[in-house]
Amino acid sequence: MSRVNAFPLKVQYNDAARKPTSTPGGIATILEVVNLECVRGDRRLFRDVSFSLGPGTLLQLTGPNGSGKTSLLRIICGLMSPESGEIRWQGAQIRTLAEEYSRSITYLGHRIAVKEELNSLENLSIASGLAGCELSPDQAKAALARVGLAGRERLPARFLSEGQRRRSALARLINCNTALWLLDEVLASLDQAAIVLIESLIGEHLSRGGMAIVATHQELHISAGSFQRLELGPSGMAPVESGG
Amino acid sequence: MRAHSTFSMFRWIVARDLTLAWRRRADVLSTLFFFVIVVSLFPLGIGPETQLLRSIAPGVVWVAALLASMLSLGRVFANDYQDGTLEQMLLTPQPLYLIVLGKVLAQWLVAEVPLVLIAPLLGIQFNLEPSSLFILFVSLLLGTPILSLIGSIGAALTLGLRGGGVLIALLILPLYIPVLIFGAGAVDASINSVSAQANLTLLGALLVIALIFAPWATSAGLRISLE
Repeated sequence: MSRVNAFPLKVQYNDAARKPTSTPGGIATILEVVNLECVRGDRRLFRDVSFSLGPGTLLQLTGPNGSGKTSLLRIICGLMSPESGEIRWQGAQIRTLAEEYSRSITYLGHRIAVKEELNSLENLSIASGLAGCELSPDQAKAALARVGLAGRERLPARFLSEGQRRRSALARLINCNTALWLLDEVLASLDQAAIVLIESLIGEHLSRGGMAIVATHQELHISAGSFQRLELGPSGMAPVESGG
Repeated sequence: MRAHSTFSMFRWIVARDLTLAWRRRADVLSTLFFFVIVVSLFPLGIGPETQLLRSIAPGVVWVAALLASMLSLGRVFANDYQDGTLEQMLLTPQPLYLIVLGKVLAQWLVAEVPLVLIAPLLGIQFNLEPSSLFILFVSLLLGTPILSLIGSIGAALTLGLRGGGVLIALLILPLYIPVLIFGAGAVDASINSVSAQANLTLLGALLVIALIFAPWATSAGLRISLE
């Protein structure tokens, strides 16, 4: 319930230091990533990664396998700590915000958190309940119908195909009002219809003023919002391009 | 509003884990059968020496309970870790402390409570008096939540490691020693017609300490394991 209230964003400044900077376009920056460096084992995955996101912005992460896309997403959602650099949410460090920040993000990782023993309806309502936005049975059914699982709501997830399991994980995004979505390789094992569905979900999210960071190699066709691309390279260089 | 959402989160976690345990009944039953068989092997091996059986009963039942709880502990977080649910739990807007407490409560209800309930029945094989059987039941009722709480720390720290099952035993069994001493001590006292109150009080105190500190340590362990 609190999750629903967390958006639209209420920006409050306690002092000048917390005031967000403005991008050249004049849109307020919500998420700011500054000089991030990530080291796994004895290998540096990337360094000097900086970008900022405002309402309605999509950032696509690309880069070869092992270039640190997943690590970057996990660092941004606070599961991992970076070697150096910082992440600010509305001007405050995410470490100091803790649960307040968790309320504003949704992370969908490689491991999609779909339990084989539970059916799609249970998986969806439990995942939403955990995230703090409980769904009524009708809402859950409607969400599953939208991802193409109508009639299969009561089938245990172990009888679903990989693509169908991923679709049932995507149903979580439908009633989800968090400000920032972090999606890691969500297009994997999905057919064309499901890819179009994701694109429309992200588009709706952006047009509501949400933000999304998507790690994928495929082209995304999303008309709403503004678009940035960040390519993580093998040499640790991370050039940022902006486009329409 | 906030208290409500915190409570409903706790309810979600417990209800979810109980549903999952029900769908994987075989896992739960195997722990219970392990306990029953280990305890029953002793009277069969030793023979009908009632005095000897009575004096070893507290230790045997308690050691079997410790080993049985080791069997189920590895599963507390492992499944949720593998399919990514644990990541989602770390990212929920609720304190991790509560999530851990909910999962430990569910683990205790599923794996330890059946064992507590069946223990008095097994005690009959050791020729225990009804009063001692009652103390055995009470000592296990107080002691097994401590086992679940302390065990969850080991389960969190060994998450995702190869050979985690052996490691968790090496980490956690030494920490179980106080529980074993006071738990078996309580039953022993009642067999010798001495009051078991001192041992049970100490078990209660251990339970309170574990309730306060163990979920906190487990939360820290989970954050480390998921980095």
